Amino acid sequence: MKELDVATFLAVFQEMLGPLLWALIALAAAATVLFVWVMLRDRGLRPRRLVWAEVAGLAGGIAAVLFMLAVTQSQLADIGGPVDWVLVAVIFVAGGVGTVVAAYGVLGALRHLA
Amino acid sequence: MPITSNSTDLPAAPGRRRFIIGGAAAAALAGVATATGAPAQTQTRARVVIAGGGAAGLATAARLSRRLAGAEITILDRRREHFYQPGFTLVAAGLKGPSYVTGATGDFVPAGVRWIEESAAEFDPAGRKVVTDAGRTLPYDFLVVATGLTLDYGAIAGMDVARIGQDGLGSVYASPQAAAATWAAMSSFADRGGVALFGRPSTEMKCAGAPLKYAFLTDDTLRRRGTRGRAELIYNAHNRVLFSVPIVAEKVRMLYRDRGIRTNYEHELQAIDIGRKVATFRTPGGPKELQYDFINVVPPMRAPEAVRNSPLRWQTGPFAADGWIEVDRATLRHSRFAEVFAVGDVAGVPKGKTAASVKWQVPVAVDHLVAQIAGRTSDARYNGYTSCPLITRIGRAMLVEFDYEDNLQPSFPGVIAPLEELWITWMMKIVALKPTYLAMLRGMA
Repeated sequence: MKELDVATFLAVFQEMLGPLLWALIALAAAATVLFVWVMLRDRGLRPRRLVWAEVAGLAGGIAAVLFMLAVTQSQLADIGGPVDWVLVAVIFVAGGVGTVVAAYGVLGALRHLA
Repeated sequence: MPITSNSTDLPAAPGRRRFIIGGAAAAALAGVATATGAPAQTQTRARVVIAGGGAAGLATAARLSRRLAGAEITILDRRREHFYQPGFTLVAAGLKGPSYVTGATGDFVPAGVRWIEESAAEFDPAGRKVVTDAGRTLPYDFLVVATGLTLDYGAIAGMDVARIGQDGLGSVYASPQAAAATWAAMSSFADRGGVALFGRPSTEMKCAGAPLKYAFLTDDTLRRRGTRGRAELIYNAHNRVLFSVPIVAEKVRMLYRDRGIRTNYEHELQAIDIGRKVATFRTPGGPKELQYDFINVVPPMRAPEAVRNSPLRWQTGPFAADGWIEVDRATLRHSRFAEVFAVGDVAGVPKGKTAASVKWQVPVAVDHLVAQIAGRTSDARYNGYTSCPLITRIGRAMLVEFDYEDNLQPSFPGVIAPLEELWITWMMKIVALKPTYLAMLRGMA
């Protein structure tokens, strides 16, 4: 009985998502590259744009939580022990940070909001 | 008429961190820990026959084909459909359709492994050969028996599998379609109310948590429909406890009390009159009739006939009567035939006829088999670990993991409390279990 390894992790997610796994990884990578490129181009973060990206991130975090509740046929009342709240927080943060990075990158690429 | 099926329910593992949290916007959990960092292949010309192409048979084939080079590995199974049995209760609760639990055996047969679409009909361990139901004789150097078990509906007088879904008759186990038909019967009961009966047989059985879960799911469905007040739910335990692990039994007893699910002890279903909706139970005081509006019939479970009629079965002791295979509980090796192993439901070991058991049995049996070919010994041991995400309502479950000795074996001590109703455990069941199970079939988890 061996410890957890990356290949197993990947195998399980591949069974879970199929080709969508690679699409999501590609999307996350593209958003990150775009974000870094915009930041390097602008030599730093633009506060106005970041604020709007954060607003989008808030919505993204909430959407992530709602999405997970929907796919698991659950409702907020099912959140039970502390670990459930930690999980909700993790989902919210993951969705939120992902959306902030993507939104900042897209807005920057379009040169919106300075 | 008995129906044969293969191994079941799945998730985590003992002792260490082997589940993961992650995902893009999702967080998912998956039972892991594997032999993906597998040792170098062993060269051999050994003939290995795997009788049974269910969860245990396919997982064994995947691991053996990875660890052996040049071996002639053959899977015997007539059935082309593969059933993800841990999902049957979800189908019977109206949460998933039959397609969710139905796959194709052929999709999981590893490259280089021969699949013969015939079933083992006769085992001759002295002559080291298996005869199939088509009359083909297959000699072997090693045999892995993974035939699963037989649902003995015939042992319940009056039971008719064809009528599942009608007249308040449910039975989650017979097939994915029967599980869906059970949902139809349960849903119609939930609209009207009445008396619902649950229970389990006194034989060894697949995932002993499943009948308990189904009572919880029926309770929840009634509450959601606003008809709980018009219904009486009765769980008939075959002995004096609700579950074989005492700490779990006590927790379920308290939850049943909380949900208003009545319990009868030492009640085992022996006959059913489907037309009159009357179930007869074997009790210490003699047969007892109970009227019902809905019933979930859990049939007695035994080793398949070919195994029961073979010298492989236990000769004495608690596993002899139903013909389970006599294996060492730590190595899954046959006690009298050193080149024979049994994994999954058919293995005559205490507890665990679940996919979680399969997940932890298979690597141990494979390691011993490969070591024997390589002329070394293996110290791999199976401690009886099994697990059950015990659903207590739609949206919550308790992660129950234990070993041969009734010890709890929490995968995340201090993080996921084993006897707490949690959303995270429900999420594991609904999101991560099936992918982990499928990865297990491919030898990747």
